[in-house]
Amino acid sequence: MISRFLLQNMDKRGYVFLALVAAIGILVPLLNLLMPVGSLFHVPTSTMSLWGKYLCYALLAISLDLVWGYCGILSLGHGAFFALGGYAMGMYLMRQIGSRGTYGNPVLPDFMVFLNWQELPWYWYGFSSFPFAMLMVLLAPGLLAFVFGWFAFRSRVTGVYLSIITQALTYALLLAFFRNDMGFGGNNGLTDFKDILGFNVQAQTTRAALFSMTCVMLIAGFLIARGIVVSKLGKVVIAIRDAESRTRFLGYRVDRFKLFVFTVSACMAGVAGALYVPQVGIINPSEFAPANSIETVIWVAVGGRGTLVGAALGAVVVNYAKTVFTSGFMAPYWLFALGALFVFVTIFMPKGIIGTARELWEKRRKPAPTVTPEPAPAE
Amino acid sequence: MRIVSCLLRMIALATLLALQPGAAAAQSADEAFTRLGADSFSDTNRAIELLIANAHPQAAPIIEALAAGRLLAGGGAVVIKTTDGKFLDARTGAALPAESPGLAPVRLNNGVRRNIQAALGGLGLLNPDAGKRIAAAEAVFKSRDVALLPVLEGAIAKETDARAKAALRQAQAAILVAKPDAPPFDRIAAIDVLRERGDQDALATLRSLPADSSPALKEAQSRAVSAIEGKLAVWRAGQNLWYGLSLGSVLLLAAIGLAITFGVMGVINMAHGEMVMLGAYTTFIVQEIIRTRFPGLFDYSLLIAVPLAFMVAGLVGIAIERGVIRFLYGRPLETLLATWGISLILQQAVRTAFGPTNREVGAPNFMSGAFEIGQLAITWNRLWIIVFAGLVFAALLAILKLTPIGLQMRAVTQNRRMASAMGIRTGRVDALTFGLGSGVAGLAGVALSQIDNVSPNLGQSYIIDSFMVVVFGGVGNLWGTLISAMTLGVANKLLEPYAGAVLGKIALLVFIILFIQKRPRGLFALKGRAVEA
Repeated sequence: MISRFLLQNMDKRGYVFLALVAAIGILVPLLNLLMPVGSLFHVPTSTMSLWGKYLCYALLAISLDLVWGYCGILSLGHGAFFALGGYAMGMYLMRQIGSRGTYGNPVLPDFMVFLNWQELPWYWYGFSSFPFAMLMVLLAPGLLAFVFGWFAFRSRVTGVYLSIITQALTYALLLAFFRNDMGFGGNNGLTDFKDILGFNVQAQTTRAALFSMTCVMLIAGFLIARGIVVSKLGKVVIAIRDAESRTRFLGYRVDRFKLFVFTVSACMAGVAGALYVPQVGIINPSEFAPANSIETVIWVAVGGRGTLVGAALGAVVVNYAKTVFTSGFMAPYWLFALGALFVFVTIFMPKGIIGTARELWEKRRKPAPTVTPEPAPAE
Repeated sequence: MRIVSCLLRMIALATLLALQPGAAAAQSADEAFTRLGADSFSDTNRAIELLIANAHPQAAPIIEALAAGRLLAGGGAVVIKTTDGKFLDARTGAALPAESPGLAPVRLNNGVRRNIQAALGGLGLLNPDAGKRIAAAEAVFKSRDVALLPVLEGAIAKETDARAKAALRQAQAAILVAKPDAPPFDRIAAIDVLRERGDQDALATLRSLPADSSPALKEAQSRAVSAIEGKLAVWRAGQNLWYGLSLGSVLLLAAIGLAITFGVMGVINMAHGEMVMLGAYTTFIVQEIIRTRFPGLFDYSLLIAVPLAFMVAGLVGIAIERGVIRFLYGRPLETLLATWGISLILQQAVRTAFGPTNREVGAPNFMSGAFEIGQLAITWNRLWIIVFAGLVFAALLAILKLTPIGLQMRAVTQNRRMASAMGIRTGRVDALTFGLGSGVAGLAGVALSQIDNVSPNLGQSYIIDSFMVVVFGGVGNLWGTLISAMTLGVANKLLEPYAGAVLGKIALLVFIILFIQKRPRGLFALKGRAVEA
């Protein structure tokens, strides 16, 4: 039944995506671990970590596509949920350091010793347990999204106003996490991780396992998101995107549908953040920066809004381009390229890579398309 | 022991001062110079006292030279060596041709240095310049040097300038209050003088009253302390209010252009902050040209920059509207993304052209410095920015209410399709509105260049705040923007002393997020069909 929920109406594109991610998830770690260094097929650990990061972004992009592409909620604060998941994971990793920190305190992380704190703040309790930390990875962003969405959707804050207050949300969190008094490491954030579940974070095998885990979570995230959007609930959600008032007049509780999708999406973003932190090795308040959240939106826009696969594709493509651009002589021009990408995609490719490709494909199959006027949005 | 003897000598000195025997003075001045040449610390001390007691015209340069080790003596001559290496006769101050042989610096020890400090304080009190006397009295007020009490009394008796007299009296009061052996009546009177003064220093002086004071004195003290505290709290609130208004005017300048574009076109222009930045850089360029070509015009640089910044930012705004936003009408969220892209491009362009570092924009004369009203410190640049913000606001209001284009803008804001049906070219109105909004952002840039760093990131730091102002105030209503900017500015500054700068800001953001739930369209929402779109 679950598999029917997850795989119902799966199209060719979805299967290609699943097969591709699964293949990467199996092959890349194998090629990294088994092939000798210097071999043509060897994948360096650094490359693997880099791609692990892209895949985390892909999961974040899918979570954003779920709310923006299918529900019409342009969240400019999804980076906040991503970072909260990351902080939950970071807190677990900090507690695993134990007495191996610079100051050798068995309980307090280094930065607390440095700030002369005497005991662990209450909100750090329990983070030495992995299951608890994983629960918090889901709960912290989920709860924030639930409370925020509860207020916002119930009072019908929509459109640009909602975008702006989500941005205010992440900005407020950015300021809060910069404070040393918050007990999250202030400016420097959490870093110097040693172990995850008893395995060394730096070890090649651990990194390979994390990479595979990221692929698994990406597949899971994709299946859940897809399961939601093709279900009956998903139809209502899409109806809300296209004509919110009309859906409300039909008797659906619009705010509840929105709240559900928003919360699921936030949890997904939290998982992406949690996978991101051990692979990158640091989490700091800059992840809350409004600019990061806006960049996530452009990944989705580039790949194709409302396609899920496109969102993941967009995240990988834009970030790969960013890596290539910013590491060479082109570095000063990256922001030009990124800015131009924003403008170009919104004006010329409103459907993104996937949508445009599909249009071209259909045009070739049907040389004389019948012109059907696009129905104007009802509101 | 030493201090007591010093004190006694000072009292003697004051008596001498009060009597001022003319003939004896010349004689004892001679004695001072003899003693300076004697190369003994006690003689040097005595010489300092004599110089002060006689109010010798050369006393100040001599004692200053002594403190710096530039006073030379030997063979009956006392010579001041100036900092630029010339030699002066200490007695008359006349220049000497060359260094005479056998001169050695007059030596110092800690005792002499202490005396020199006290003497310099005393000298200032007798300075012929009233401003210097006030400054010296202030120094004594802070040091509360009991040894200077007699000198103070003498100075008060001779003082003719009212302000200097008050300052001297306050200094005297500060000493008397803490002096256990002074007559109780004098000490209570001193407390009254301090209460009249009523500032932070007076409060500190009153608080440092010895614990063994009499009950009457203590009561007077506690009454004075609470009176001063009440007065200071009012001033502090006033100062915070002023800071708040100043911040509010900055927010108003940054947000008002955004309010116009958002109100009329329904799009959030993420590149708005960059228009502010362009305005600031225009100011920088204008100043650079003036500095190199017409240095005399520097004081007018801002006046020249104002129309130029308006035009630069306005033209860039029109170009953005015609080039990008025109194609995205009806898709506000896409517009938001596209303008964000434009903001990245503009930032990077400025960074490439001017470098990533801060650029220095100077303040013309009329904007530098500060003045005080009571305990309020008001800087001219902040005051002018408030005035400027008020002028810009009034001008915009006039444009919207009194001109044909303003009428068209309002019509388009209220009902775009109806306006279009009535023959208004909405496309043209959009372009002009966007140009106007961007131009006003450019004006904000001119003002911000005076109080903030002119760097490519200038706009970024204001964009979120500007959004908050617009969203809080409601769209399409300039008065809403004004009230919202001032409320947020003042609230921010009033919260700061209690919560700290960062926490205060977080509290405001959370407040706005909650406020939007209550009134999703801001304080002053437009009513009617248009807002449902």
